Amino acid sequence: MSPPVLELRGVTKSYGGTDVLRGIDLTVDEHEAIALIGASGSGKSTLLRCIDLLDEIDDGDILLDGEPITVPGLDPVPIRRRLGLVFQAFNLFPHMRVIDNVTLGATRAQSVDRAQARASGLALLERFGLGDRADAYPDNLSGGQQQRVAIARALLTHPRAVLLDEVTSALDPELVGEVLDIIRELKADGMTMIIATHEMEFARDFADRVCFLADGRIVEHGPPEQIFSAPAQPETQRFLARLLARR
Amino acid sequence: MTTLPPLTTREDRARAHRHRARRSITISAISTIVVIGGLVAYVLTSPGWPRVRRQFFSASVFGSSFGSVLSGFWLDVRMFLIVEVVVLVFALLIALVRTMRVPVLFPLRMLAIVYVDVFRGVPTILVVYLFGFAVPGLELSGMPTSATTLSGIALALCYSAYVSEVFRAGLESIHPSQAGAALALGLTPTQALRHVIVPQAVRRVLPPLLNDFIALQKDVALVSVVGPQEAFRVAQIFAAQYFNYTPLMAAALLYLSVTIPLTRLVDRMQARNMRERGGLLALGPR
Ligand SMILES: Nc1ncnc2c1ncn2[C@@H]1O[C@H](COP(=O)(O)OP(=O)(O)OP(=O)(O)O)[C@@H](O)[C@H]1O
Ligand SMILES: [Mg+2]
Repeated sequence: MSPPVLELRGVTKSYGGTDVLRGIDLTVDEHEAIALIGASGSGKSTLLRCIDLLDEIDDGDILLDGEPITVPGLDPVPIRRRLGLVFQAFNLFPHMRVIDNVTLGATRAQSVDRAQARASGLALLERFGLGDRADAYPDNLSGGQQQRVAIARALLTHPRAVLLDEVTSALDPELVGEVLDIIRELKADGMTMIIATHEMEFARDFADRVCFLADGRIVEHGPPEQIFSAPAQPETQRFLARLLARR
Repeated sequence: MTTLPPLTTREDRARAHRHRARRSITISAISTIVVIGGLVAYVLTSPGWPRVRRQFFSASVFGSSFGSVLSGFWLDVRMFLIVEVVVLVFALLIALVRTMRVPVLFPLRMLAIVYVDVFRGVPTILVVYLFGFAVPGLELSGMPTSATTLSGIALALCYSAYVSEVFRAGLESIHPSQAGAALALGLTPTQALRHVIVPQAVRRVLPPLLNDFIALQKDVALVSVVGPQEAFRVAQIFAAQYFNYTPLMAAALLYLSVTIPLTRLVDRMQARNMRERGGLLALGPR
């Protein structure tokens, strides 16, 4: 059997004395979609940044396709090329046109031929309903459009897995749907992904597995029906009850 | 339901607009004429004006010196262009060394800090003196000996110190999430700088950058203290020869012919920057 796409073993991370991750164990299999839920400040973004090697973990191991990627001294650049990360705040490059944002990784990091990258970039934008915005600058796009561009940018390099960090929480409610539709499409294509989210309904009908993060640990994980209908841990119950009460 | 007649029409608004515009133009035109006319009259009626006019604005002296001053100015232009390119590259390197928090660069960073502190703190004319007179005195092998080259190096060192601070402000104004996004795409740190960080930083500091280049354009005249025959120096020589300051006015005209267009360019860019961000223009009448 082939190893899981991603495997985390006892990953810890602290920022100047505050322990944010206190021993995360997680495996993500091929084609699996994991929803990462948890209160604000529970470390969801930190976890995704650590997996993409943007932050260095303190302890533990992360394996990509069975191969450890957090070995000290290993060059992170080629590993980051095998993963895609989409940020909460889009983080598009404002000085580049949409199409150049999307193709930058392919042309510079993977030395794909310019014309070829442009062609596949345009095809992807077309598919995301942005075919006519390829030559616009990001600032002239709506939030939903910007986030779709950001997803296209992360996908054009054909990552092994995509990590999506609360990709809808900076969006106006009426723009959330168009972004979630794209993520459902990716799922249908069999993309392996971890998605940090506050959209519980979406997590419920979309994810293969839901992981609840609290106090730097994965307190509970399982199929969405179980987590949302019959959470076993008191912390999970409290978190979900609070969410329901807010609505 | 009945529709109410509109209280104001498009024509009303346009008329009010025109009225307001006419009034502000009239006011500013009158105040300009009064101020400038007053100043001119004040100077022209002064007891010493006829003497000053002969000393500073003599048409014949202007005619016989302008050609030489102009060829001196050609040296200013060449020095300006070369020094500017050197400054752009060197200052950006210094700024990058100072902004990047890579441990290997620590000694270089310290060196850069000392360099910027020293060269920003010393008057440019003093550095030009040192390079023009002290450095040749050392008789170093491989060191250029021409006063023009040496004073050009002095200018480049002084201005790089200033301009590196402008670049640094630009680099530090780019949010770290931009670097994060570039790295996440699989770019190397160098590629992230080259394609994502530096282009945005430079765009942001273009107006202050051009301001420094206007200052540099004038300060090229400082090299005259160690000998090179640039416009100011040539004008001084003629002035001494004719006992008349008109050649200096000729030099002033030449400097202006470059700095004024540059200044307009900066203004235009600043206005565009402002418009893009909403900025101060929002305070004006609509
Ligand atoms: N660079 C950093 N330096 C110091 N502390 C940090 C840093 N990044 C994150 N933290 C802290 O780590 C904790 C977890 O932050 P993180 O952003 O991972 O939470 P999150 O689960 O993504 O929250 P949210 O739902 O609000 O996005 C927070 O307490 C935060 O203050
Ligand atoms: Mg977060």
